[in-house]
Amino acid sequence: MVYALPGGGSVHALERITLDIAPGELVSVLGPSGCGKTTLLNILAGFLAPTGGEVRVGAEVVRGPGAERGMVFQQGALFEWLSVAENVGFGPRMAGRPKAEIAARVEALLRRVGLSGFGATPVYQLSGGMQQRVALARCLANDPAVILMDEPLGALDALTREKMQGLVLRLWQETGTTIVLITHSVEEALFLGERLVVMAPRPGRIEKEYRLPFSREALTGEARAIKASAEFVRTREEVLAMIWGMEEEIMGHEGGSGAA
Amino acid sequence: MERREPSAVAVWLGLADDPFNRQKTARFGDAGAVRSGRVWSILVLAFLLGLWLLASRFGWIEPFYWPPIGATWQRLVKLATEGFRNVPLWEHVGISVYRVLTGVFFGALVGIPLGFAMGLSSFARGVFDPIVEFMRPVPPLALIPLIILWFGIDETAKIILLFLAALFIMTIAARAGASGVRIAKVHAAYSLGASRGQILRHVILPNALPEIFTGLRTAMGVCWGTVVAAELVAADRGLGSMIMIAKNFLQTDTVVIGIVIIGIIGYGIELLMRFAERRLVPWKGKG
Repeated sequence: MVYALPGGGSVHALERITLDIAPGELVSVLGPSGCGKTTLLNILAGFLAPTGGEVRVGAEVVRGPGAERGMVFQQGALFEWLSVAENVGFGPRMAGRPKAEIAARVEALLRRVGLSGFGATPVYQLSGGMQQRVALARCLANDPAVILMDEPLGALDALTREKMQGLVLRLWQETGTTIVLITHSVEEALFLGERLVVMAPRPGRIEKEYRLPFSREALTGEARAIKASAEFVRTREEVLAMIWGMEEEIMGHEGGSGAA
Repeated sequence: MERREPSAVAVWLGLADDPFNRQKTARFGDAGAVRSGRVWSILVLAFLLGLWLLASRFGWIEPFYWPPIGATWQRLVKLATEGFRNVPLWEHVGISVYRVLTGVFFGALVGIPLGFAMGLSSFARGVFDPIVEFMRPVPPLALIPLIILWFGIDETAKIILLFLAALFIMTIAARAGASGVRIAKVHAAYSLGASRGQILRHVILPNALPEIFTGLRTAMGVCWGTVVAAELVAADRGLGSMIMIAKNFLQTDTVVIGIVIIGIIGYGIELLMRFAERRLVPWKGKG
């Protein structure tokens, strides 16, 4: 992905990204700011056309956004003029499903994300964590083959964030959906990602990939214990050191004057 | 230290702080800590009324400049029962309000789709931008001579003037609403399978409603000012014409009553629009 700049220059936002994601995999993508994570997700979602290469879901080449690739955004993507239930039922309603079917589906999803009884509440009256629960349910209502998450928990406080990580894992297990999750929290990427992709900037590229046991362990085990385990801490330090190195390099390029 | 709870009446009047503000030590610059000051408002009103009473009683001012209170009351009763120059008072009020509502209605009818088109299509934006940007700073009153030349001084001319006054306000409001939609909402709708038409109907339109409402409120206010001015220039009915004709007969009391009614109705329109806004777009500013 190369952006041409007005004035003749160009920015190499992404270079030769090859990523083969198996059905049902939970991939977390981590990298310093400016490494092209969000550009990559926008290409996967179909909001940006790559300057070279292609994205395929199964055999289908992605040419634009579609209901089989659901998205969860950081915040501000809920429709504040609709109630919780209307937000969750948005996808099926646009597809013209019968009302009774939508209502049953919404009810089941609200129960699943722990929002039973909140259907009639306007979304702007909910806390940040509850709003992200609505966003997850809204996305699931369409039964997408892939869910793309762009910093879905980034705006939440630390405690809510940990709780929501558990919810994401549970929904992943229950639905068996493929998930690509972008985050800048190393801990979150390690904990949630069955597979972790670490990206490096300028040009945006894949630096290293890990296969991690923690998300599977968390389905049965205790989250706090896993995050405190020697293996988790060791991997976290390794990844942190790698990202610190990249940040230092960026600072060096800019003569130490600018922030990344 | 024992402190008595301030009574609700004292807080309402602005004589005491509520329990939260009472504990604040850095008050200057904290807008939330400024008391309502209602007691002063009441005193000022009482003072002005008292002054008017005394001035009327002792004849301090020529009735030509400011009418005595008793005569003004009698004039009001007469206006309400017999009307002004064979036209009932309510009709003067009604026709002014009717002109404003009609003008704003047609202004919104044309302006909202126009503003949407300008926010969403580069063709519409290019075509209408010079016109809208040029008309935006032109006060509607400056159009009166041209409107009179084109349409004369009948009812249509006034409605067209008010339509134009509302049109550009509504267009700009709708354009701001349509182009102010957060891209994440549009992307979310696309990835939920919505078509372009559905995104317009279910995302862009409701997202723009608060802006449209603000536009309506502004348009109402501007049109209310414009209608009175237009009636001053040329009309035989309406509040503006009433005070203009009353001036010709040196009826200062009718002029003062007219001004007060114009103020009250202008304020009433504002209150009604705010009430409707709270009811119809409760999500305003909460996205």
